[in-house]
Amino acid sequence: MHWLTTYNHEGGIPLADIPEVSYPEFHGSVCARLGDSSCHIADYFAVEQDGGLRFFCLLADDRAGSVDITSFRYGYYDDDPLPSVTALRPQAHPFERQIAERYGIKFEDNPWDKPLRYPFDRFNKETSIDGYPFYTIEGDALHEVNVGPIHAGIIEPGAFRFICNGEKVLHLEISLGYQHRGILNLITSTPNRLRQTVLAESIAGDTAVGHSTAYVTAIEKLYGQPSPADLLAYERAVALELERIAMHIADTGALCMDIGYQLGQVACEALRTVVINTMLCWCGNRFGKGLVRPSGTRYPLTPETAAMIRTNLAEVVRRYTEVREDLKSAPSLLARFEDCGVVGREQMVTIGAVGMAARASALVRDIRATHPWGPWREVPFAAENKRQGDVMARLMLRGREIFASARYITVLLDQLEQTGYTDRRPCYDIALRPRTLAYSLIEGWRGEICHCAVTDSRGNLAAFQVTDPSVHNWLALALAVRGEGISDFPINNKSFNLSYCGHDL
Amino acid sequence: MNGILAILFLLGAGILMPGVINRIRAWLSGRKGMPFFQHLYNLRAMVRKGVVTGHTSTLIFRAAPSVCLASVFTAMLFMPVGGLEPILSFRGDVILFAYLLAVSRIALILAALDTGSSFEGMGASREALYGAMAEPALFIVAGTTALVSGYTSFADIFPAMAFRGFSIELSLVLLLLVYVIIKLITVECGRIPVDDPRTHLELTMIHEVMVLDYSGVDLATVTVSGWLKMAALAAVAGNIAAAVTGGGAAAVVGWMALVVAIIAVVESFVARNKLSRNTTYILTIVAIALVLFLVAFILESDIKVG
Repeated sequence: MHWLTTYNHEGGIPLADIPEVSYPEFHGSVCARLGDSSCHIADYFAVEQDGGLRFFCLLADDRAGSVDITSFRYGYYDDDPLPSVTALRPQAHPFERQIAERYGIKFEDNPWDKPLRYPFDRFNKETSIDGYPFYTIEGDALHEVNVGPIHAGIIEPGAFRFICNGEKVLHLEISLGYQHRGILNLITSTPNRLRQTVLAESIAGDTAVGHSTAYVTAIEKLYGQPSPADLLAYERAVALELERIAMHIADTGALCMDIGYQLGQVACEALRTVVINTMLCWCGNRFGKGLVRPSGTRYPLTPETAAMIRTNLAEVVRRYTEVREDLKSAPSLLARFEDCGVVGREQMVTIGAVGMAARASALVRDIRATHPWGPWREVPFAAENKRQGDVMARLMLRGREIFASARYITVLLDQLEQTGYTDRRPCYDIALRPRTLAYSLIEGWRGEICHCAVTDSRGNLAAFQVTDPSVHNWLALALAVRGEGISDFPINNKSFNLSYCGHDL
Repeated sequence: MNGILAILFLLGAGILMPGVINRIRAWLSGRKGMPFFQHLYNLRAMVRKGVVTGHTSTLIFRAAPSVCLASVFTAMLFMPVGGLEPILSFRGDVILFAYLLAVSRIALILAALDTGSSFEGMGASREALYGAMAEPALFIVAGTTALVSGYTSFADIFPAMAFRGFSIELSLVLLLLVYVIIKLITVECGRIPVDDPRTHLELTMIHEVMVLDYSGVDLATVTVSGWLKMAALAAVAGNIAAAVTGGGAAAVVGWMALVVAIIAVVESFVARNKLSRNTTYILTIVAIALVLFLVAFILESDIKVG
């Protein structure tokens, strides 16, 4: 069994270089490697190619800092059984479910063989989200509570089915897939690079910078030339960290709001505005839309912008420090957050959790540290983590990450001050290398964002695959509320703050 | 005439209280906040809207808001304000007062169950539990006032208390009763830390989730009942405190304003309880009330301890 060892900062990989193995060999090797907690599936998807399907699996190895790729082929008329990886390694579930749903591939013995997101081009059009096969438990003492799919507020759709004994939650099943935007098809069906970029920005509104950075990084790897000057990567990194700070502050406020703690809520809401308005001053959009473009930028940093970012961040850090001290010393708040919704490290490893949620449970997965790209290769970064795995740990980790990001931005701005700022304009009409696979792993504020692009023999996008960290992490929320009171679900939900649209695509 | 003045005053207090709370909360959070009368504008909007009911709900659901409002309003008719005597009174009306509030609660619980929604079922179960647990506290408070005044009608209790004058010890006990009532208001009216009236999370709500299916006039009726309930309970606190400090109706107004201010301040700086802790919280209220009753009893009977 062999894997092709690649690194996150390297360019595109010709499809011919990617080893092709038999399924039994693949199955055995993947299951064996996933037994090691330093490995997880970054992406696993199928592409229609040469009258059949070619499956690609990207395995992120945190220890070696590599992304190992392998593939296998399955013809339209093949009927060899495909034993499920999910049966042995549950973290494979969203990927196998997605492949099964889209191409009608049957993975044998998959214990959770359910539709994932009901895309328009699903294999079996007879299936409907109304008939989602929820897990049930029989018992006179139990009752089911269904929340959604229409959200009581104005956020996104998702059905949450609780099985409760009184106030205590025994089981939660989360069914998503109500949005059917067909982002992946929209991206591959247009050759217009600007349109694709704008679509990528819209994958998840709260991660606009993260997803657009992932998209342009993957696309730039498909250009026949080395990736553009590092200056650009530095500016994108500043935007990415600003987005992280803004969202972490917003989540701190949202957590306070959910327990009716007005003081923390209003302080954080005001503070988040400072951060997103900084972004607004920089690029004209509070969420950083329009900032990240392939091969260049329309809003290069200027000394004035950089100075403004510095001033505002210093103020934000000062005020957030105060808020954080207050949160740490408010008994009524600690009583709600501590020891609530604990997910242990083992569970996080099993479900293949990534990003901030995993780090709050002592599973240190941070692409910036393990698979560095761009500035993170030159300016090393140490990932923060907490070990308790409860709501409080996720809240406190947010605080630490805000401070770490603010420090990192300062370092980046120092560097940029010495090297000067980029003046590259975006370029949308560079031809892509044919028959190449390019992936990008970006640590967005939730966790690793993986975009994979595959080109056909004429250099058109044959497939585009997006994996939002939420795809890995939704199961963690279901595990967190087990045994908790049902009224503590909202704070658990908010402590993860996973994306619906990032999952539904 | 006095009776009409008393009820008009209580109605006015009920209408103004939410505005006072909102203004104090906005001020303490450093915000401009909503206009003082915003809750009334909202009410006007609700009244203008039509009513939508689910097809599983029956007459109980439609009748409950009226029952709720009527019982709270009737309970208010027994409440004097300082020297203003109430419209209705008879011996033992203290008990009727408590049970009229209970009737309003039961009406809403039945209506919530009537909708057949799992959320509202959860809300009803929580409300029933907390209501049942908080009831002893209200009775012990009423019992303590009856003990020190020698009467069992609000119309007699407060004037008698105001007339007799208290030792420092007994005054302290009575002022602590006001503290108990403030805590009771957080339970009965669904304020922080027991319930969060502003919450948008149906899984954590208690009172709000029970009225989730209501709309239009029905929702307005339920909302007004909540305001009046708070005014009625605050009036109990105000009357007790005014009887201790003296000062008549003006003192009642002052104390009621203080009660409302305390509720608003607590809401600005404290987070909600974990739901499972609410039972402990309510039992603590009952325990404090019981201790106060015993202390009052010992003081009144002139039992020498130690």
